[in-house]
Amino acid sequence: MPPLRKGILMQPLVQTHDIAVSFGGRQVLSHVAITINPGEIVTIVGPNGSGKSTLLRLIAGAVKPDHGQVVRRPGLRIGYVPQKLQLDPTLPMTVRRFLDLPRRCDDATALAALEEAGVSPAADRQMSDLSGGQFQRVLLARALLNQPDLLILDEATQGLDQPGSAAFYQRIEAVRDKLGCGVLMVSHELHVVMSASDRVICLNGHVCCEGTPDVVSSAPEYRELFGTGTGGALALYRHEHDHAHHHNPED
Amino acid sequence: MFDDFLVRATLAGVAVAMAAAVLGCFVVWRRMAYFGDATAHAAILGVALSLGLSISIFAGAMAVAVIMALIVAGLSGRGYAEDTLLGVLAHSALAFGLVAVSFIPDVRVDLGAYLFGDILAVGKTDLAVIWIGALAVVGLIAWRWSRLLMATLNADLAFASGIHPRREQLVLTLALAIVVAVSIKVVGALLITALLIIPAAAARPFGRTPEAMALGAVVIGVASAVLGMFAAYQLDTPTGPTIVSVAAILFVLSNLSRLLWSR
Repeated sequence: MPPLRKGILMQPLVQTHDIAVSFGGRQVLSHVAITINPGEIVTIVGPNGSGKSTLLRLIAGAVKPDHGQVVRRPGLRIGYVPQKLQLDPTLPMTVRRFLDLPRRCDDATALAALEEAGVSPAADRQMSDLSGGQFQRVLLARALLNQPDLLILDEATQGLDQPGSAAFYQRIEAVRDKLGCGVLMVSHELHVVMSASDRVICLNGHVCCEGTPDVVSSAPEYRELFGTGTGGALALYRHEHDHAHHHNPED
Repeated sequence: MFDDFLVRATLAGVAVAMAAAVLGCFVVWRRMAYFGDATAHAAILGVALSLGLSISIFAGAMAVAVIMALIVAGLSGRGYAEDTLLGVLAHSALAFGLVAVSFIPDVRVDLGAYLFGDILAVGKTDLAVIWIGALAVVGLIAWRWSRLLMATLNADLAFASGIHPRREQLVLTLALAIVVAVSIKVVGALLITALLIIPAAAARPFGRTPEAMALGAVVIGVASAVLGMFAAYQLDTPTGPTIVSVAAILFVLSNLSRLLWSR
């Protein structure tokens, strides 16, 4: 690999500088400065209305900041998995056709992406016939098609049960290990997601705290937002890492 | 052969049905039916203005349809529920249009021709304009097909692929205005939405992909136009409503056969 290209590959994927966003006079984000590095899994946690989705959409380019800037690495390829894709029942769509949006891909690439995402035999099925977990994996497969440098997931496991979302996040980790892409995601499922993250950013309109899952879960700002129960659940989850049955942190 | 008014009428019906069917798929997928109504009703106001100013009906209807569509797009999401807003605008535009027509002196205006269409009065120039408009709509949608689909599926997903959903919405708005303008003589302002929605809805049970559904909608739309023309001629019924009736029958047959098939 030529040194120049390698130099580029070491650069942060995305940096935001002093971002401010408001919708209809309501300040959603202010003074947000975050960095996403190649190959790391970063999770944004925060209460409802804390601006998590807005931050993701900002980085994906769907929202423009009122102040500050978003610096993307030149030529950055983003794979985006939306929060929920409401497919109108009048719109017929096979899995295979969906993967051709917006650009056509050949069958081998499509199958490889489906396999990567863990839904191989689904190409001919209607999207509307898929289960919640399969649907999210097809969204993931589509996001993987253009070999993204950065994978963005917005509460991608909404509607999945706990074993389902744990399996989904394990799949994300496997994808990251194989493709070396950075991952930026938002999740409500603190205990599951924190164990799969390299770094956690706790957001509440601004960045409250950030760091490794251990650091963040013991930070006073985090405890103020989420209580102390989650830290215990995190430890529990780690303890039974390959079991899918664990306690709900809200219990 | 263009000298035969029946041939001209049939060709006009085929063109309008084809363009409306393709666009209609997006109208159905994006739940824009009421939006179509508002634009079509506004066209009556455009007709009144065209008659008053002695300009081309196509131009007048299209201009007002575009303005209406832009107003609706601009106002949506600002206080009123979308269907309330569209209901207010659609029926106000129709009412103002009907009032405006009554002010036009010296012109004996047959309003029915614009409300329900007067396909048998389509002249050679009309036919040319209708085909150009219809082909423009089909071409526009074919050109932006993938982007339109992405914008229809999910706005954020579209953005992440570098597609601007609002721009695609504008493309559909423009296509809708063209379809309304070229349809007004064929099926009339009150039945345009029917030609948009019924063929697309009738094609839904058989489509496995968006493309298959659009193709099916075109076949059903064109069949409705041809069969409707024939039936209107045989039964001596008004042409526009007959075409829509045939489309409605095809819709019922399509859903019935699907029901029997899946047994």
